Amino acid sequence: MTVGSKPWRFHGGLRLAGRREVSTDASAEPVPIPATLILPLQQHIGTRAKPLVSVGDRVLKAQPIAEADGYVSAYLHAPTSGRVAAIKRLPVPHPSGLSARCIVIDTDGEETWWDQLPEPCSEYAALDAHELRKRIRSAGIVGLGGAAFPSAVKLNPGPDRKLDLLVLNGAECEPYITCDDVLMRTRAREVITGAAIMCRSLGIEHCVVGIEDDMPAAIGALEEAQSEFARDADIRVQPVPTVYPTGGEKQLLQVLTGREVPSDGIPADIGIVCHNVGTAAAVYDAIARGLPLMHRFVTVTGHGVRRPRNVEALLGTPVSHLIEHCGGYAPDVARLILGGPMMGFAASTDEVPIVKGTNCVLAATYDDITPVRTPVPCIRCGACAEVCPVTLLPQQLYWFARAKDFDKVQDYNLFDCIECGCCAAVCPSHIPLVQYYRYAKTEIWTQERERQKSDMARRRFDFRLERIEADQRAREERLQKKKKALDTAAGTEGKKAAIEAALQRVQEKKRAQAARGDKEDA
Amino acid sequence: MRFSTESSPHIALDTSVPLIMRRLLLALVPGTLALFWFFGVGVVTNVLLAVAFCVGAEAAILALRGHSLRLFLGDSSAIVTGWLLALALPPLSPWWLILVASFFAIVVAKQLYGGLGYNPFNPAMVGYVVALISFPVDMTSWISATDPGPSLITSLAVVFGGDSLGQLDGVTAATALDAAKTQVALGRMVSEFSDGPAFGLLGAVGTEWAAVLFLAGGVWMISQGVTNWQIPVSTLGGLFVIAFFFWLLDSEVFASPVFHLFSGGTMLGAFFIATDPVSASTTPRGRLVFGAGIGILVYIIRTWGGYPDGVAFAVLLMNLMAPTIDHYTRPRVYGHGAEG
Repeated sequence: MTVGSKPWRFHGGLRLAGRREVSTDASAEPVPIPATLILPLQQHIGTRAKPLVSVGDRVLKAQPIAEADGYVSAYLHAPTSGRVAAIKRLPVPHPSGLSARCIVIDTDGEETWWDQLPEPCSEYAALDAHELRKRIRSAGIVGLGGAAFPSAVKLNPGPDRKLDLLVLNGAECEPYITCDDVLMRTRAREVITGAAIMCRSLGIEHCVVGIEDDMPAAIGALEEAQSEFARDADIRVQPVPTVYPTGGEKQLLQVLTGREVPSDGIPADIGIVCHNVGTAAAVYDAIARGLPLMHRFVTVTGHGVRRPRNVEALLGTPVSHLIEHCGGYAPDVARLILGGPMMGFAASTDEVPIVKGTNCVLAATYDDITPVRTPVPCIRCGACAEVCPVTLLPQQLYWFARAKDFDKVQDYNLFDCIECGCCAAVCPSHIPLVQYYRYAKTEIWTQERERQKSDMARRRFDFRLERIEADQRAREERLQKKKKALDTAAGTEGKKAAIEAALQRVQEKKRAQAARGDKEDA
Repeated sequence: MRFSTESSPHIALDTSVPLIMRRLLLALVPGTLALFWFFGVGVVTNVLLAVAFCVGAEAAILALRGHSLRLFLGDSSAIVTGWLLALALPPLSPWWLILVASFFAIVVAKQLYGGLGYNPFNPAMVGYVVALISFPVDMTSWISATDPGPSLITSLAVVFGGDSLGQLDGVTAATALDAAKTQVALGRMVSEFSDGPAFGLLGAVGTEWAAVLFLAGGVWMISQGVTNWQIPVSTLGGLFVIAFFFWLLDSEVFASPVFHLFSGGTMLGAFFIATDPVSASTTPRGRLVFGAGIGILVYIIRTWGGYPDGVAFAVLLMNLMAPTIDHYTRPRVYGHGAEG
């Protein structure tokens, strides 16, 4: 593995003002327990978790309250003790603004622990890979960088994949977000040990932590922890250039190794597994302390909040509670963004909770973000193509999406778009390009679903025809068989007799019909 | 608390179409001043009239189409078209000539196709070519760059009064490109006539220094991200390579590559006209093909065509090719055909 030996880079990208200083000087302080916690059953990619508790139940801190439903799913735990007040649909942090099923816990402030926690295991080497994954899975850990994919699944190399590198993503490339920076500075040991546990679980030896070079403190802390705690794994800290979107999984892998993930593949196809640094720390907690995922670091930032800072928030904490803890809104707050200013989505309400994948709450004023501007026609300048980290032609995608030419837009690889927003940020015509791509993607998905539905209907119809035909064939066969049986049983004589009998029957029937006809005539 | 929900990204760089256009205009200023220095007030009347006609035509059509004047007139694109047209026309062009050219540039080539962003051809070059084909005499009468030009009164009479430049004795002169073409056709050697009055140090006398300043303005534009480097570099490169080849073949019949680079509309065309993004190729490799095509066509038209300069025709012909070029020069997308 020759990571970092050559200065690889990805195409395009943007050098954005980091704005880390807004939130970064404070360490992450714990937020007081809110009166109510709202825990959506779906905080991860995969199947929704199944509740293990009912309304009115008393729950204890760290107690599982919902279980993974299937392989790609995740457990959910009570972040503190209290009583289940409701299990119902509530607004969740999702771009659609729709509601989803949540477990609502009225907290009691007592922090009474569940007493069936797994034993802490200070010697993770004593556990085999399977046991490690089992513990990580039951700790409810998902990717904390934002994608929230169940980590245990990603830590299972599978039987026929040859993996050779674990990449820890500490690039944190979006402006304003500093929660990973603070995490690496304050929990460097946990990150490094977590990485070693992940390596063991994957059966690989090499790990590289990619960190943007404008976070020297984090780089220093990890390097120090690495020399102290990385024992049987080869863990390296590799500063990477601060270019947005280096924190994108595919971009970071390209910068670190020069390898590209195939278009329809995953990093494992090129021998790499990528996890977020926060996930590594959570893995450490799960193994070494026996603790499930109950809280996370969140950056509360922007000029729209009075005291921007990093906090350690319980999962389920309403955003409004976080904002209140950080001094409340400034009067000129204009937009509430969950995630960073480039890829985060604007929430319509602050009543939504912090979930496992929430890394940032950006209460933005127009100092932080750009007001919506009237789009003018595309002048084909191609600035978008210059910054696209995937080397797409965003302008052509835009024309095709606008013309609803969905074949062409796929031909131009729309589905390779990672929606990083670089193209829209540099567009002199102020065209909301990413919005067009999302629209086209959704339309294509809808069409695909419709197609599948009609395919299914057609298959059903074909099947029915086939069944009717088969029935008919079977009937005919039975008839034939009967006839044959009759033939062989009675010989030609019998056959003649049978014909005679049949003829007689017909004649009798005719006579009877004629008689009835006479009667009716009369 | 409720918030509005706009789509990401939430931040954008400080860029806009008007900003790009204004920077382009700024980059045009030094070269324009050089032309004014050599050709006098005729350059100024050209620019003023063409800009006025173009902006007027744009405003009229926008109003007819019910579009926002503030939004679309404010983008300054009509000023750019007018200015470029003015620099392409011979100084001291009569007002009606400029009017016809402006009309075709803005109304026919731009607005009838849908306005900014939708024109398949470079508007200024369409206007120029229409005028060139319709009024060949007026369009090829260039006043001498070396002699003191006509007085202000005479100039205004030519522009507004219907006096013809051709009637003024000793005011017009063959340009270097004219000379190169006609003299070679007469069987004379390049070395025999290249010390004539129309020839300067690098290319055509006078125009060569404007060309140097257009080159400087263009380099500044590239450094500012106003335009791409591919089209100018490949245009100049294409012209240089083909001119160099024929010059090596026979330097007594074919003018030097440096002469071609610094004569006529080469620099203005390469940096300010071929780069019009709307009508040019848009993929990185496509732009190289597009520019090289222009460079080569310029040379062919200059050397074997019927017109002294070929920038306008070369640009329009390549405009025609741009969609095809784009189709065949799509970049390799990340993760497609990767060897990893």
